[in-house]
Amino acid sequence: MIALRWLSDNAGVMAEYFLAHVWLSVLPLLLGLVLALPLGWAAHHFGFLYRPLVAGSALLYTLPSLALFVLLPQVLGTRMLDPVNIVCALTVYTVALLVRVVADGLAAVPEDTVRAADAMGYTAVQRWAAVELPVAVPVIAAGLRVASVSNVSLVSLGALLGIPQLGSLFTLGFQLGYLLPIAAGIVLCLLLAWLLDGLILAAARLLTPWKRAETPA
Amino acid sequence: MIRFDQVTKAYPDGTVAVDGLDLTAPTGRTTVLVGPSGCGKTTSLRMVNRLIEPSSGTVLLDGRDTAGLDTAELRRGIGYVIQNAGLFPHRTVADNIASVPRLLGWTRRRARDRALELLELVGLPASYAGRYPAQLSGGQQQRVGVARALAADPPVMLMDEPFSAVDPVVRARLQEEFLALQREIGKTILFVTHDIAEAVTLGDRIAVLRVGGHLAQFAEPHELLTRPVDDFVADFVGRDRGYRALDFAAPAALEVREEPAVRLGATLEQARAAARDGWALVVSDENRPLGWIDVGAAAPGTAGTDPVGHGHLLLGGTTARRSGGLRELLDAALSSPSGRGAVTDDAGALTGTVTPEDVVRAITAARAEDAAAGAGRETGPGATAAGGDRNRAAAEGTA
Repeated sequence: MIALRWLSDNAGVMAEYFLAHVWLSVLPLLLGLVLALPLGWAAHHFGFLYRPLVAGSALLYTLPSLALFVLLPQVLGTRMLDPVNIVCALTVYTVALLVRVVADGLAAVPEDTVRAADAMGYTAVQRWAAVELPVAVPVIAAGLRVASVSNVSLVSLGALLGIPQLGSLFTLGFQLGYLLPIAAGIVLCLLLAWLLDGLILAAARLLTPWKRAETPA
Repeated sequence: MIRFDQVTKAYPDGTVAVDGLDLTAPTGRTTVLVGPSGCGKTTSLRMVNRLIEPSSGTVLLDGRDTAGLDTAELRRGIGYVIQNAGLFPHRTVADNIASVPRLLGWTRRRARDRALELLELVGLPASYAGRYPAQLSGGQQQRVGVARALAADPPVMLMDEPFSAVDPVVRARLQEEFLALQREIGKTILFVTHDIAEAVTLGDRIAVLRVGGHLAQFAEPHELLTRPVDDFVADFVGRDRGYRALDFAAPAALEVREEPAVRLGATLEQARAAARDGWALVVSDENRPLGWIDVGAAAPGTAGTDPVGHGHLLLGGTTARRSGGLRELLDAALSSPSGRGAVTDDAGALTGTVTPEDVVRAITAARAEDAAAGAGRETGPGATAAGGDRNRAAAEGTA
């Protein structure tokens, strides 16, 4: 009874938290992808860049997230409570995850396909946009799914800095000594992760009708 | 016309892939580059569309130095077919074929119409337009590869072992179709293969390259088979070159004997009546040779009034077209269980049979003619082998 009461009283706040969580995890995902595409291309295209870029981005991922949240305001000159900090930090992690994925996805495009594109007179940019990237979509989508789940869980750490999103329910429950907000936060995080994952899967399916054709009829 | 003028490709590590190549591939003809691996044939091919840049020398396309042209533009004007077709896995068959036209700025509609037209030209049904490459067999993919290369109607085609990755039966059919297509479209084709049999079948002129990128011999197929310039070429051309050279001599003097054949479904009695030396040839309702029946052996347990069925037929013999080469005729005669090779017209209908002795007599006659014409060939570059009718067997059915 009390539980239901609490939930209905706080539905508005939870919806706000949910929406905040959505954009705090999705925006870095998109920014990270946009940055990782050229970086991954460079790592694939210039052999000597592969190791430094992939190793460098992997190193970024080992940065403790809390430390990054605290350090970024000083680097960026933002206020401690500014959500931009979270967006930047998660963009860094997304890039860290995706540079390798993009590079390996491009490397998996059959050599014959790439050579045929060259021989037909595709310029480097046309080849990348019209041939290599579309063929690499399944690999990149798989990487995006990992990054999206990772982002959803990392966003909640922002609660420690007082940035409102679903993680705030955890700190709230902790302060009140009440499990319900924590449980609600977990359920909503899972829901969001599941929704994003489904969206990426659906988008990938839409972009790769040819993949379904590969399974013999 | 494609001209290589003192073209050399050397790599920084010192390996020389192509060494001072001088070669002219004439307009409208098929020129084959053949040689063992490491002879620089593929490197030479790729220097034409500048997938590889020569270290020195020039490659000229219709008199224009390719080094001075924009690479993308140059390549859009040259069809390119490779071993595994290299189709775009994410595009449908029609979109694959329409690739170059789209690059050239054709409208979607015009490019699609062109794609459908080409699909038909390479012998694929229009219903394949919406399929993806993964849904096609290797041979079908290769046809789409050829259609894609032809899409913008380039005057020049480069083909890099296009038929090597398909099974022998499909390969023979693709080769046959290639010849028919080339007769129709008359492109300037530079074709790379490691298979001398394929080179001889498809090439108007053949360049044999040796390891290190040296041109060993550049000649017409018949000349290559009958007059290799050195041990390397002789060795490469192979042991059965004498047999293969028969493709290039027309069986002018050959007389085809009449053969009293029986239809499938005729009685054994009738087969026995028609048989000579104990063998009767069985044909279909369309008069196509199906196989031989050994009338002596077919008897046990069967009545004379039983019909001749497929089970009675011996299928070992090949058939030869009367218009085909002496090799085709000799093979039919040698492979036939009766010792008589079935000969057909171009439509596949029986015209008679030949014995090995008949064919050998025709070979002897053709050689005599060849020798007489040979004197002319020494001086006149226009002269070709006697009766150099390049109408060759590709599909040899069984009979």
